[in-house]
Amino acid sequence: MSNSDDGHGASELVPRPDQLPERFDNPGLPPHQHRMADTDPRAAKRAERQVAGLFLLSIGGTLLMIVSYFVVKLSPGLGFVAFFDRLRLSNQLLGIGLAISLLGIGIGAVHWAKTLMPDEERVEYRHLQRGTDEDRAQAASLLKLGAAESGLGRRPLIRNTLIGALALFPLPGLILLRDTGPMPGNKLRTTIWKAGTRIEFDQPGGGLVKASDLTIGSVVHVMPEGINNLDDAIEERAKAAVLLIRIEPELLASASVPDSYAGIVAYSKICTHMGCPVALYEQQTHHLLCPCHQSTFDVTKNCKVIFGPAKRPLPQLAITVDAEGYLVAKGPFTQPVGPSFWERG
Amino acid sequence: MSTTTPAKPAESVGNFLDERFGASKVTKSFARKIFPDHWSFMLGEIALYSFIILLLTGTFLTFFYIPSTGTTIYHGPYVTLQGQTVSEAFNSTMRLSFEVRGGLLIRQIHHWAALIFVVAIIVHMFRIFFTGAFRKPRELNWAIGVTLAMIAVFEGFLGYSLPDDLLSGNGLRIASGIILAIPVVGSYISFFLFGGQFPGEAFIPRIYTIHVLLLPAIMLALITFHLILVVVHKHTQYPKPGRTNDNVVGYPLMPIYMAKAGGFFFIVFGVTALMAAIFTINPIWLYGSYDPSPIGAGAQPDFYMGFMDGAVRLTPGILEFNAFGHTVSANIILPALILPGVLTTVAILYPWIESWVSGDKREHHLLDRPRNVPTRTGLGVMAATFYIVLWISGGNDIIATHLHLSINDITHSLRALAIVLPPITYLITKRICLGLQRKDRELVLHGRETGRVFRTEDGEVFELHAPLSAQDRWLLVQFENQYPAELPPAVDANGVRLRGGRLNSLRHRVGKFYFEDRIAPVTPAELAAAQHHGHEELSAGGGDQPAVSGHEQAAVSDHEHPADSSSGTETVLK
Repeated sequence: MSNSDDGHGASELVPRPDQLPERFDNPGLPPHQHRMADTDPRAAKRAERQVAGLFLLSIGGTLLMIVSYFVVKLSPGLGFVAFFDRLRLSNQLLGIGLAISLLGIGIGAVHWAKTLMPDEERVEYRHLQRGTDEDRAQAASLLKLGAAESGLGRRPLIRNTLIGALALFPLPGLILLRDTGPMPGNKLRTTIWKAGTRIEFDQPGGGLVKASDLTIGSVVHVMPEGINNLDDAIEERAKAAVLLIRIEPELLASASVPDSYAGIVAYSKICTHMGCPVALYEQQTHHLLCPCHQSTFDVTKNCKVIFGPAKRPLPQLAITVDAEGYLVAKGPFTQPVGPSFWERG
Repeated sequence: MSTTTPAKPAESVGNFLDERFGASKVTKSFARKIFPDHWSFMLGEIALYSFIILLLTGTFLTFFYIPSTGTTIYHGPYVTLQGQTVSEAFNSTMRLSFEVRGGLLIRQIHHWAALIFVVAIIVHMFRIFFTGAFRKPRELNWAIGVTLAMIAVFEGFLGYSLPDDLLSGNGLRIASGIILAIPVVGSYISFFLFGGQFPGEAFIPRIYTIHVLLLPAIMLALITFHLILVVVHKHTQYPKPGRTNDNVVGYPLMPIYMAKAGGFFFIVFGVTALMAAIFTINPIWLYGSYDPSPIGAGAQPDFYMGFMDGAVRLTPGILEFNAFGHTVSANIILPALILPGVLTTVAILYPWIESWVSGDKREHHLLDRPRNVPTRTGLGVMAATFYIVLWISGGNDIIATHLHLSINDITHSLRALAIVLPPITYLITKRICLGLQRKDRELVLHGRETGRVFRTEDGEVFELHAPLSAQDRWLLVQFENQYPAELPPAVDANGVRLRGGRLNSLRHRVGKFYFEDRIAPVTPAELAAAQHHGHEELSAGGGDQPAVSGHEQAAVSDHEHPADSSSGTETVLK
């Protein structure tokens, strides 16, 4: 930068344009302006008292925190509302105490620096990051010397085998990660639904679903019977969740009718976009909406995507009723549920 | 070796340290190191202090948190969940929040500090960008900063996944969906990361180790390097009288910056504590333990994932396709993997791109005023606009429910805005910058308004303008005029085509895009001409233009300050 490159000065005298410098000169630091506390001893004393006051406040905050830690107890037997009030009180007193303790120190220190410590600006000079030519020549010759002493240039056999060895040695580290998990196998394609699997309500206590449990317009979150007794219940639940929806049979798309029962259709609840549960059903429009990214599926169009980032329709589960009148699956899902993956095809 | 008996404890400590590792040399070079002052330099400090707060509070949290997906029955004081099967991770977070005194406070400080950390990093980054602080020699430090920003976002995501609540579980579900979308290896990576099918039992302990050990260690190393480079380079400073590219003007580390920066740590901590005391964050007791089947409406991630979430929401599903028996989810890969990757890469490379375009290879320690680099400022605002539109898109459902608008209309509009708005804001910002530069020129050439109205003998009335003092003028004229790089000849003296001709012409074209629209700083000759012009008008009685500085010369001396010109007013008005 050319702030002080040229030695021109005093451009205030009536100059001729051709005598003027090309750029303005940096006028240099402005004269220092004193603060109140620099000139008025009473102001300085006042600032001193303010700083000390802030530090005292901090001590008060620390004490408040310590006292409220021991005084406000989180006793479990209080009852729901009272317990929550107590928790809130504890959180607020501890937090405000801590905040006062910290802010007192912080604001006090900054106030001290701003009012009482010297505020004359000082100047330090910078140097180029680059070393001098001499430094650089020295460094280069040292490196060359080192390289020559190592003999890497003269012995290509050593150099090449070393490169080979270094290139290979991270591989075991990568291979060691192999046992972090099993191969996917067909896990992404299958659920525990199979022909005859009964359907239970997805709620504590469960209970099997009969067709009569669903009135027209209702939607029920269901799971295959017995899923919660499995060892890997949560993984299977993440795939097998299903929504049962009952609408007027004539509204159903013809493709979905064969797999439906009396206007009841069963669709995978796992979004085909990223796998969130498609849990929001709009009764009037028969739309299913995923709350994560708003993919919208139309139940009357066999759960085709009508909006949003998903591509594929929600897979339909074929259902019927068994001899005892319970809703059952006619078979497994005919295609993988959930988000897309490379091998899905 | 010292054999004298030190008189005071401080001396004896100093003596001990010096004789062990030469503390006097370190002290000599650092104790009075000069740092320049500006509020915007505190943004990075906020990020640093939040990181320290995160380390302190995070350590406390690990004393109570159990990183396990093993199930247990909840028996704590929160009645609604009593008797439910929950994971150990969730149970221990509940215990920490409800039964450990101060546990909720520390958890909330940790979460708020994480948000403040990322906000501070992003704003700090924009400050660096708009003021050109990334220029040589600080390009590497900029790259470290961008890397830290990405790690911070990732670290935050892992952190809020740890309580294993319903919201974070669905966040992880989305993460697994993104991983599954990676071509060829997606399914394998997902199965290896989760130790099998989603969610599995491995993810909590694995995420925990990465969150509390691996990433903090990497961040700590990068932050240390970041700060060492700040010290090596010495801090940048804003252009002001007396500040040059070769000096640094400010206050010494000891005692001023020890008190100011040290105090500021306590202030940041105090404000975070106050937020945690008053504002609830991540109330996991309302969500319950993770279960893949239920979900709450209006699911929202922490704000820093919002832009990616928004991009995912905006990308239409038609982009997914099947090819050769394989599924390619471009609707996921594009917004969730390629977009952040491209944004980060472009951000990291930006200093080199700009220096390639300008051909400027000098060191820069004086910051740019954003208006003086209209194209860069425009590009920065363009990037920020794109980010903000995506971020708003991440809340399209919240907008829909709160404003009673159609989610479809909102999403369609946001899709259009994400494409149209950034270029528009680029143009507007660039114009604003050029306008501000013109205003600066006006001010230098014609002086400031004095508020004093002057009437000539002929009855003509105009306001007097006072020339700026050299001090006031400096800020407005100190910047450099930038030109597009010269286009080197495509052929040499013998008519042979030179290599790199196409690259040079690309560079020339980009350079024109960058620097063609520019306002040059006022030169002393221009100022003299303007003042001369003003004189002539006065003597000729030509007062058509109300704002000519020359009128002023008669009344106000060059160095007079605005504050002490009140007495002059009466004189002139008579």
